[in-house]
Amino acid sequence: MLPMVELTIFALGILLIDLMIPREWKWLNAVGAFAGILFATVCVWQIQHTLPHGSIGFFNALLVDRFALYFWYLFLASAAITILMSARYLDIEDEQHGEYYSLLLLSVVGMMCMAAGIDIVLLFIGLELMAISIYILVGFLRRDRRSNEAALKYLLLGAFSSGIFAYGLSLLYGLSGSTNLAYIARAVSGPRAQNPIVIVALLTTLVGLLFKIAAVPFHQWAPDAYEGAPTCITGFMSVAVKAAAWALLLRILVFGLLPLRSIYTPIMVFVAIATMTGGNLAALTQTNTKRLLAYSSIAHVGYMLLAFVAMGTSPYGSPAFADGFKGILLYLMVYTFMNLGVFAVITSLRHRNVIGDEIDDLAGLYSRAPVEAVLMLLFLLSLAGIPPAAGFLGKYYIFLSLIESQHYWLAALGVLYALFGLYYYLRIANAMFMREAPAGETARLPISLAMRTAVGVAALATLVIGVFPEPFIRTVNWSLGIVR
Amino acid sequence: MVPITTLHYLVVAAALFVLGVVGVLTRRNVVIILMSIELILNAVNLNLVAFSRMWGNLHGQVFSIFIVVDAAAEAAVGLGILIAFFRNKETINVDEIDLLKW
Repeated sequence: MLPMVELTIFALGILLIDLMIPREWKWLNAVGAFAGILFATVCVWQIQHTLPHGSIGFFNALLVDRFALYFWYLFLASAAITILMSARYLDIEDEQHGEYYSLLLLSVVGMMCMAAGIDIVLLFIGLELMAISIYILVGFLRRDRRSNEAALKYLLLGAFSSGIFAYGLSLLYGLSGSTNLAYIARAVSGPRAQNPIVIVALLTTLVGLLFKIAAVPFHQWAPDAYEGAPTCITGFMSVAVKAAAWALLLRILVFGLLPLRSIYTPIMVFVAIATMTGGNLAALTQTNTKRLLAYSSIAHVGYMLLAFVAMGTSPYGSPAFADGFKGILLYLMVYTFMNLGVFAVITSLRHRNVIGDEIDDLAGLYSRAPVEAVLMLLFLLSLAGIPPAAGFLGKYYIFLSLIESQHYWLAALGVLYALFGLYYYLRIANAMFMREAPAGETARLPISLAMRTAVGVAALATLVIGVFPEPFIRTVNWSLGIVR
Repeated sequence: MVPITTLHYLVVAAALFVLGVVGVLTRRNVVIILMSIELILNAVNLNLVAFSRMWGNLHGQVFSIFIVVDAAAEAAVGLGILIAFFRNKETINVDEIDLLKW
């Protein structure tokens, strides 16, 4: 059975069971959702070992290749960690409802469709299933004005970009007479690439995709949505939703529209530079941790776009192409764990009357929660790309691919901006270690067991990937079908 | 009488699309912005159905039905969020939605 079906059943089951359980037992929903994720993981594992590589199903709409399996594991891991982070947080916010977990599982279903779809109908429906679930989750704190506002802004801009994206898809259908990416690739290759409608279709599709990965100049929704959303959802959005958007982008631009890459790569160079600049410069002056991390996540998208540029300018299958692809996939995996770790620590700051999303709220964290503070430092150094932590590995492959494809200037620019990154990550570290905790906030932080597990798992992954990268590099090679 | 070709449908759809985009970018009322987004999705539907007729297959019509469903879901969630927002702030003008900014 497909893991999507399993997750959908669990999502609907949680909605039903939620009606029957009394208020103080609502945390059982989290257990149910976690069980759903575990079942789906086992199911993906079975698929990996029983189905032959590259099986196609559902009227040629679904391609279960290793690329899809890799992303499926990634989504399930980030959803599991998010559930661990959420249970206590929702209790504090007094919004412990079954819908939260149900929507979380449904958004994972959408993401899985985005990673495995080779039919634009399935890709679009997956995108919308994910996006609509996330709109609601962003606005889940109904009584909080900032949450309402974030949801409204995210919805308006998200729906707008989906509309533009759909317009591009409809033109692609018109050009090929098929909704399958393989046929579309054939219809736009060769001399037909000069057709003006091809250009319009490519541009509108590209705008939609860049909106979804929050690249400059289409990034304005991200800081607002990240700041207003419940902190655990911010973490989930910054890793899983971003990874899903990247999976969609790679599916469409690399699997489908590869013949057009001489047209879209120059645009990507511009977007990559703008994204790194915009993200890093705006992050320098932020005082709100969630907003700072939103801009930093935009900057990370910029680095991944650099790898995409390296892929776009080197021949298909060359070392630079393979290393660029590997860089993106590895970066997404590493980023999932380190960023979720950071957000888990920020989520645990929420108690009684403290919202905990200002940098000032992190002051003196070392005396209030020493283990969490040290692990937070690990995550921050990893985000900045300091060697022993995992973040370095992701950046390493990206810069390697840039040098292999002879983009020395872009590589130098990327390294320069990484230094900017170090500055604003260390601002957070400075608050944690060098400043006194505010008066009246000096007691130990009450951190739940589930939260400790979430932080621990994220820290372990960040450290292990950084110190023993071999098996993970092999996993990424496997997901791309490269044996090395 | 000029026969109506696919191109005619495309021109109408493109006009609808542009109207929708301009509406989203210039209007300040959230409900009208949501309506403009519907306009964009209807342009997509018109495109898909016209192409479906041109190619003589049903893929486009199937896609357009999915888009109708999606537009309905989006409108429902959008109005729901708008009502939650209105309860706390009593406005639907996007210029006054300014709590979050740097």
